[in-house]
Amino acid sequence: MTRQAGRDPLFVIEDLHVSIEGKEILKGVNLSINRGEVHAFMGPNGSGKSTLANALMGHPRYEVTGGHVIFKGEDILGLRPDQRARKGLFLAFQYPTAIPGVTMVNFLRAGLKAVRGSDVPVREFRTMLKETMDLLKVDESFARRYVNDGFSGGEKKRAEVLQLGILRPEMAVLDETDSGLDIDALRTVAEGVGALMGPSMGVLLITHYQRILNYIKPDFVHVLYAGRIVKSGGRELAEELEAKGYEWITQEYGVLEGAP
Amino acid sequence: MAAKTVAEIVPETYKWGFHDDEEAVYKSKKGLSRAGVEEISEMKGEPSWMRQYRLKALDHFLARPMPTWGGDLSGINFDEIYYYVKATDRDAGNWDDVPAYIKRTFDKLGIPEAERKFLAGMGAQYDSEVVYHNIREDLKKQGVNFLSMDQGLVEHPDIVREYFGTVVPANDNKFAALNSAVWSGGSFIYVPEGIHVQVPLQAYFRINSESMGQFERTMIIAEPGSYVHYVEGCTAPIYSTDSLHSAVVEIIVKEGARVRYTTIQNWSNNVYNLVTKRMKVYADGVGEWIDGNLGSKLTMKYPSVYLMEPGAHGEILSLAFAGPGQHQDAGGKVIHGAPRTTSTIISKSISKGGGRTSYRGQVKVYPGCRDVKSTVRCDALLLDENSRSDTYPYMDIEEERVTIGHEATVSKVGDEQLFYLQSRGIAEAEAAKMIVNGFVEPIVKELPMEYAVELNRLIELQMEGAVG
Repeated sequence: MTRQAGRDPLFVIEDLHVSIEGKEILKGVNLSINRGEVHAFMGPNGSGKSTLANALMGHPRYEVTGGHVIFKGEDILGLRPDQRARKGLFLAFQYPTAIPGVTMVNFLRAGLKAVRGSDVPVREFRTMLKETMDLLKVDESFARRYVNDGFSGGEKKRAEVLQLGILRPEMAVLDETDSGLDIDALRTVAEGVGALMGPSMGVLLITHYQRILNYIKPDFVHVLYAGRIVKSGGRELAEELEAKGYEWITQEYGVLEGAP
Repeated sequence: MAAKTVAEIVPETYKWGFHDDEEAVYKSKKGLSRAGVEEISEMKGEPSWMRQYRLKALDHFLARPMPTWGGDLSGINFDEIYYYVKATDRDAGNWDDVPAYIKRTFDKLGIPEAERKFLAGMGAQYDSEVVYHNIREDLKKQGVNFLSMDQGLVEHPDIVREYFGTVVPANDNKFAALNSAVWSGGSFIYVPEGIHVQVPLQAYFRINSESMGQFERTMIIAEPGSYVHYVEGCTAPIYSTDSLHSAVVEIIVKEGARVRYTTIQNWSNNVYNLVTKRMKVYADGVGEWIDGNLGSKLTMKYPSVYLMEPGAHGEILSLAFAGPGQHQDAGGKVIHGAPRTTSTIISKSISKGGGRTSYRGQVKVYPGCRDVKSTVRCDALLLDENSRSDTYPYMDIEEERVTIGHEATVSKVGDEQLFYLQSRGIAEAEAAKMIVNGFVEPIVKELPMEYAVELNRLIELQMEGAVG
């Protein structure tokens, strides 16, 4: 991956504070992502990883109490989730919601139309859908099923990455896209993400485990603990975490307020 | 007070609220009387048995108290209703013969166009009388009858007399009694043995006059091994006073026959819609109700299937959408009166802007009716905090060797679902529409394409302004 030096970063998180039901979960997160970069975001359970993902996308239950999120030069915290998506932000959900009665194909077309701001020619859409589904090794019938309704864990993750491939965002946040996958499914999904990324997309890859990083090589690794980034480094940091577990982090930073 | 409120809350999205100012050929005096009932019968030139039937029904109606369950009926004033309004002298078999102003109304509603495009036959009722009826020539030659009920009585008095009131007796309930006394219009359908009517027959019911009571009466006789799909639609103008629609539908599904009856009810919000619909299904026959209720002020309607002989199957798909000021008290009834009979009831209801839906259903299995299978599923969707949904499922099972399933869910259009769709760029109002359309999909997919499109369009109109 090449760094595009000299330009403004694509996505900047500045001193972000987020609360849920009055309880502060994120206590000042700072992060800067350039186009073409992959940042892995790691941390033990309960450290606030999913809170970050949901807050970035604008989930109404997550209250931002301070800080900024600058995407392509604009603070997006005042935008609705659909406006953020149309600006080019994407979140692959850890637990995607089922929408019974709405087919994947209609959902994908509606999403693509929304982010493009115009109708999508049927032929173009079909070609795009087929190519992306082939890449992710999902059967054609998948498109006719209802969104996440009765999907297995692996199917849900594939469906998220399928959406990534159709919507082609500029900034993608992947929230534990690797969790609940067996090794073959992990490879397919991870390779799919790798193929879809492209040189101009920024990626924030939230994960508990190092194993997805064997397929998607991060440029930076950050460790989130008790609502703050406590350590940042290169790929070697992920390997260190894999070897030593999260305990040493807990021991080193366990005195922080609000630690589990 | 109620009337004024209704006029105020009628959604601007109701596109069928216009009316014609033309004078009717005949309009009864307001209110209900023995003389009024005799006059209707006289004008129609009916046989005396029908006149007697009407008068007896009037006695039943007068003797019965107003129902105290279901919805609020206190706004109905029986003395303020016109029971019979005749707009034209003829029931035309040719569209050109329909009076111009009535044609204009039905043109606006897309009626003759639909017939040309995809129907096997069509009827149109305007106030009390059917103004147009037609059926494809080839079906006519096969002996299929699709007439107004009045014409059915003239042309097939024996069939009408044999079945009239046998499925829904005149004293069944107060509103069935009222209909039996003052009925006018509706459809008479007779399908001979083994004949399959492949494309739907449709009737369209339009109330035009103010303070009008529309009391159509429909009868469908499906001889053994036959098939017919009947579809009805209905709209009315918006007035500041309330109208009453009280129909009775009787259907006989003989051995191995199948009848599907689809309703897309879209009355304006000043109509009380109190309807009794019932079918008797004989050995190995199939009876299906697809009942969509989107309009009206109050609907109380529970399409019923009586499974009379082994192997009979009944199916009820009920869809209700209640917006501001509306109460949809809908559902279905299945009576298992024979062994090896099966049934399914699926109800989907949506409440919005303070609207209220109730599912009211009954499954009854008589003693000795072994190996009965019945499944009931009702799902309610609430679009906001002010709306309401209730479920009244009655199970009356008097036989042990049966399989009965019942499932009910109530959900709010979830924040998580909305957020998920919004995160893909879809704006909130559009997202809510998608969720609602998905919710009703199991019912919509049972409709012929044209009706599915129409129903989705009606739901979208109801949804306008639903969110934010």
